[in-house]
Amino acid sequence: MRDDDPIHDDVPEKTEERSGVSRRGFLKIAGVSVAVPLVARPEMVWAAGEQVPVHGPGKVPMEFTINGKKYKANLEPRVTLLDALRDQFDLTGAKRVCDRAECGACTVLMDNKTVYACSLLAIEAQGKQITTVESLMQGEKLHPVQQAFVENDASQCGFCTPGFVIACKAMIDKHPNPSPEDIRHGLAGNLCRCGTYDGIKKAIAQVGQKGA
Amino acid sequence: MPDYSWPPEDKRTLIGKRITRVDSPLKVSGQAQYTYDVHRPGMLYGKILRCPYAAAKIVSIDTSAAEKMPGVKAVHVIQGPNTTIHWSGDEVVAVAAVDEATAEDAIRAIKVEYRKLPHLVSDAEPPKGAAEEQGPLSVDDIDDMLDNQVPSQQMVKQIQDYGMTEKADERGLRMLKSDGASDAVLDAVRAATVHTDVAAKPHSNYQKAAAVTVGDPDKAFSEAEVVSEGLYGTPVITHCCLESHGSTSEWTDDQHLFVHMSTQNVSGIAGQMAEKIKLPATNIRLHQDHIGGGFGSKFGPDRWGIATAEISKKAGGKPVRIMLERDAELKVAGARPSAYARVKVGAKKDGTLVAWQSDSWGTGGPGGGGSPPIPYVINIPNQRKQHTGIRNNIGPARAWRAPNHPQAAVITMCALDDLAAKLNLDPLEFFLKNIELARPRHEIYREEFGIASDLMGWKQKWHPRGQGGSGNTARGMGLSMHTWGGRGHSSHCDLTIHPDGSVELKMGTQDLGTGTRTCILIVAADTLGIPMNAINLQIGDTMYPPDGGSGGSTTIGGVSSSTRRAAVDARDGLFAKVAPALGAQPDQLECANGTVRVKGDSSKSLSWKEACSKLGAVPLTVRGNNPDPSKPPDLTNSGVGGVQMAEVEVDTDTGIVKVKKMVAVQDCGLVIDLKTAESQCLGALIMGISYALFEEKVMDPTTGRMLNADMQFYRLAGLSDIPELVVHMMTGKGYDERGVIGLGEPPVISPGAAISNAVANAIGVRVPFLPLTPDRVLSALQQKAGA
Repeated sequence: MRDDDPIHDDVPEKTEERSGVSRRGFLKIAGVSVAVPLVARPEMVWAAGEQVPVHGPGKVPMEFTINGKKYKANLEPRVTLLDALRDQFDLTGAKRVCDRAECGACTVLMDNKTVYACSLLAIEAQGKQITTVESLMQGEKLHPVQQAFVENDASQCGFCTPGFVIACKAMIDKHPNPSPEDIRHGLAGNLCRCGTYDGIKKAIAQVGQKGA
Repeated sequence: MPDYSWPPEDKRTLIGKRITRVDSPLKVSGQAQYTYDVHRPGMLYGKILRCPYAAAKIVSIDTSAAEKMPGVKAVHVIQGPNTTIHWSGDEVVAVAAVDEATAEDAIRAIKVEYRKLPHLVSDAEPPKGAAEEQGPLSVDDIDDMLDNQVPSQQMVKQIQDYGMTEKADERGLRMLKSDGASDAVLDAVRAATVHTDVAAKPHSNYQKAAAVTVGDPDKAFSEAEVVSEGLYGTPVITHCCLESHGSTSEWTDDQHLFVHMSTQNVSGIAGQMAEKIKLPATNIRLHQDHIGGGFGSKFGPDRWGIATAEISKKAGGKPVRIMLERDAELKVAGARPSAYARVKVGAKKDGTLVAWQSDSWGTGGPGGGGSPPIPYVINIPNQRKQHTGIRNNIGPARAWRAPNHPQAAVITMCALDDLAAKLNLDPLEFFLKNIELARPRHEIYREEFGIASDLMGWKQKWHPRGQGGSGNTARGMGLSMHTWGGRGHSSHCDLTIHPDGSVELKMGTQDLGTGTRTCILIVAADTLGIPMNAINLQIGDTMYPPDGGSGGSTTIGGVSSSTRRAAVDARDGLFAKVAPALGAQPDQLECANGTVRVKGDSSKSLSWKEACSKLGAVPLTVRGNNPDPSKPPDLTNSGVGGVQMAEVEVDTDTGIVKVKKMVAVQDCGLVIDLKTAESQCLGALIMGISYALFEEKVMDPTTGRMLNADMQFYRLAGLSDIPELVVHMMTGKGYDERGVIGLGEPPVISPGAAISNAVANAIGVRVPFLPLTPDRVLSALQQKAGA
């Protein structure tokens, strides 16, 4: 991690009760906060009928649990989870492609659920278990989903691949023997340009048979 | 003279087998590093202010507020006052700042005043009388083309076709060169015919190319027994590379630039940057490990790539990254030209083709676009063709996987399919009846159609047009055929065998995800008789011997040939050193299974490591080249044939088309890796389904802007859009001995035509234009009902 200023006392409160605030939702709230000075402790304001803390617009200290490890950084509240992963923590497996929750190249797990890291604010990912593609290998050994991708040639340029691998893992964890409908639904949020879907389907079939 | 020829089938240990892609583990684990992933120490983030108008003159630019913002390190004007902008989204100012958000804030603080100009973003059929004959070009015209990023090849052709209005003097040539004219363009200007009598006239948006007549079309049409007429076409689509275009540049000192760039042309970028940033190409190092898609759109440094170098200089040499945002990627970073045609085609009652007539048009943005090679593959004896290029403000075109061919396939194969329907013939029988017109590859096509028909179950499934079933579901079958060149490009391979047995191979090529790394290793390992993972392969850097850009399916022929020559020379060099220890002559030795041994005498054998120790203190290093007439035979070749069949299901209530099955049968000479070759075809079928059903760059005629510059409305096919796909590679006798030929383009040519034909077969009426969206299908059904 690059920006490893020590976290001071006033780490923002964890805000589990408002999990999953979208970027758009956040921007609405953030509009209220323009005049907030660069202080650490968040001001509480009324927004959308409830009291919410307002952070920023300057950098605020944040703390994350990614792949079981703690990461700290001072970030502006407008920084997305994807940009934090890629630019602060050098976890570049998740890719920025559409940047609008359309293509799934940035897919990571948050508390074991697939999320689009491009459209989730980093500040909202605090207190959650974030899992990225970098964590799937056990030492030198590929995860069964990754191994099946390799054997079935399910990547070409490979830019969509990490997102697909995570989405497939989440789908297989939930449906060890996925039906065509499970596959359709589980991978509906990911897009590929080179055309590797045939290999991905075969990879899923292989893992479904062998087990993950 | 050593024998460089490809080993016969029984001697191949790896070549032609089904080998797993070597870089897959890196890709599935997120470890593969792309340009977008490069994060240099102290890196600044660049952003670009883009012109919102499709046509405008820049009046003034005020960057003072941006320059004063905290965190902003440099501001660089890319196109200054008085520049004319020709498409919306064109680059005006670049900013570098400590983080991306600050750079975005700075962009918003820049004030630009524009004078709007009239624009055209339509590529509809040219109004009658609007098209004018292209006249000779002025030096200003050439400069305009450079400004508009017209591909060099296209410029050369226009200069050769139309000549110049004036003889270009040295000053003019220097100006063109400094504006980025390639040597080929300058040579064409020097050699151009000068028409001093014709004054350059103001250009119409519609440029008519000279009409082409073959044989006697009037007589042929008057003698034709059946004539079919129709309208066909494909719109402008984008490349939509998942890794957007971009680069990171840094000055390591005031005379050296280090660039990471997402490019299909590792060895060719420095030369294109040199003139613009006034630095010898030798002082520019470029590196790329992996690229997230190119498809023909990433051969140059682009304005934004040049800008990273210039803005880095202003920021004291700090690394500056500019990667395009998705909307910019879709608006400005390349598109495939459109092509439409009114076609009339005539035949005898037995199906024998006699005559073709086409009036075609299309746009490639400011450059007007290319003219598709129609009639495609099937060389009808009598033809009359007229093409009009539309110059408009839709944005610049770039090579898109098999330039001009998918468009030509749609226009030709759909017109011929309509004719077959009018003749009440099964299109498979109709195409086979005329297959001799596909010379010189007619026998290949004949064989391929036979295989494809079996794999598809064509004979059982095909039905006459419009008899696709009762109720609201109609099934249909369609086919198409295609060709491509694909001769290997210039390639250089340095191969070194070290005395400790380690082997190193260096090439300035790139792996687009086609399997280039895998194929290089297959050739080297097969030749040296050692495992692929015993070879350390390094590509993607200007420190390695130069290699051609990966375009036009030229990479595999190039890299496999240079690698084969290098590996044979290295192997024979090793034999010369090892022979005395084995008590044999060098030509009695062979490499196999990690040993060097005497042919036919397994008792006389050394392990690879022992053999290499005989090299002495100095490693053995050789250079293999392609082409290399001094080391025959020619290992690569040009010209392939392929056929495809599609089966679709159309919901006639909603107009939704589902592809149910596709078959591709493809020839590409000697296949190096069957597994990645099949993946190329599978990927091409999927990309084909995508452009057949979904893709179109939609422009707003009022504002001149792209309306769907995101991935929600610029739709790519998803996993659930993909049916059963069957790929059959033609290999063995008749194919292998032709040498290695490229495969990237050919299989992406036919899907649009095959799917369109299947839809016509299902619903009994032609949907004229791709993509075959529900509204177009319903409108075609409505017209049929009203007819």
